[in-house]
Amino acid sequence: MTDPARLAQVFVELADTLVEEFDVVDLMQVLAERCVELLEVDAAGLMLADERGGLQLLASTVEEARALEVFELQVDEGPCLDCFGLGQPVVNVAIAEARERWPRFTPAAVDIGFLGAHALPMRLRAQVVGALNLFTRDDRQLGGDDLALGQALADVATIGLLHERNLREQTVLSEQLQGALHSRVLIEQAKGVLAARAGIDVGDAFTRMRSHARRQGTTLTSVATAVVDGSLDLRHRAAHLAR
Amino acid sequence: MTIRRTSHILAQLADAPPGALPVADRLVAGCASATAVTGVAVTFVTGAGVGAAATLAAGDPSSAAMEDLQFALGEGPSLESAATGRPAMHPDLARTGRLRYPVFTEAATAAGTGAVLAFPLRVGAIRVGVLALYRDAAGPLSGPQLSEALSFADAATAVVVQMQSGHPSLRRADDLARAAAARAVVHQATGFLSVAAGIGLGPALALIRAAAFSGGRPLADVARDVLDGTLLLHDDDG
Repeated sequence: MTDPARLAQVFVELADTLVEEFDVVDLMQVLAERCVELLEVDAAGLMLADERGGLQLLASTVEEARALEVFELQVDEGPCLDCFGLGQPVVNVAIAEARERWPRFTPAAVDIGFLGAHALPMRLRAQVVGALNLFTRDDRQLGGDDLALGQALADVATIGLLHERNLREQTVLSEQLQGALHSRVLIEQAKGVLAARAGIDVGDAFTRMRSHARRQGTTLTSVATAVVDGSLDLRHRAAHLAR
Repeated sequence: MTIRRTSHILAQLADAPPGALPVADRLVAGCASATAVTGVAVTFVTGAGVGAAATLAAGDPSSAAMEDLQFALGEGPSLESAATGRPAMHPDLARTGRLRYPVFTEAATAAGTGAVLAFPLRVGAIRVGVLALYRDAAGPLSGPQLSEALSFADAATAVVVQMQSGHPSLRRADDLARAAAARAVVHQATGFLSVAAGIGLGPALALIRAAAFSGGRPLADVARDVLDGTLLLHDDDG
């Protein structure tokens, strides 16, 4: 289990994001990265309810296309979707044995080298708003402590969606979810724009935007917006404004 | 998959008998019925900014009037949604609207409006307008009604983006809705193509859709080819 001081640091970091003008996409991105670090898994992703009956991938720690697909396939089948439907954890799944259960997800995951999968619900009272998805490259089981920590991280993410605790709760949740899903699409478009302008691949484009956002203390969404509208030029490693 | 409802809406819109009302009118009527609200308006906002707007269709005269009022006043949920790119939902306008839009709230509640729920019409950075629901009675949308509203918003977005690409066609709008709901790689390719071909994001999305359709290939495959430079697309009647 992780060093308690580092653990405390991460929770403070996450709590810090729960302030007035925080950005859901940034919170989820940080959360996914911290899960990989603290739980010592190989990949993490956050799927959110789209309020049309399905799930969408909102953040992940992988950029490689085939790995990303393994997350995205779970819109249709997989541990995450099952977890979302049940509102219960689906953990310590041996992917290689799951071919019958998930005929499309399993080969894609195995192909990429993922052997173990875990999905933890993001739940607000009776409502399931998404799922935290974890993958390991070995078949290590996650014990009670790790799962409890993972669930605590998922719970922070859920609280983050609803920090405005007043009578507008339901509408705020919707606004946050839809806003985050739209932002994700915008970020993907920006990756393509920057990749074309700078002659780099989309994974590098994402890294460049994320680094810039963190250096400047702004949100990934605002950096992506500026990349798309041309007001931010990240073609060179030392970024400068286009005008 | 959630795209099914949007596809179904677009298929119904395409399946119109001769002499039927225009698409936009049928879309707002369908939405009003599915969400049990009094009126629905779709407002089209150009890239020039929120100030340049035209209400495309309104299910009833008072909804049209309320939309116009917002733009005249420069405040209101539709404007906010257009500006922020997020829904602006006021199930109880009298209670929650006063702080943000005092003049609009005063006028709208005096005219009998209890709830206003505005949804942005967008695919990421592609922003084309707002879908606004008006109800006399205050109260939230139920889960299924919200799902319907979002599906109608997706359908309206696809129709407008497709129309703007210069090839208006509801069949194409359905494919475009699928493209808009698609995987990350399709959105990345949209951004990439907009730079490579020197066109806007909306037309780029429409081009990718067209290439997938005319080639009979999955969207994601076309998108991957665009990203690795092996597929160069340009506008033709595709």
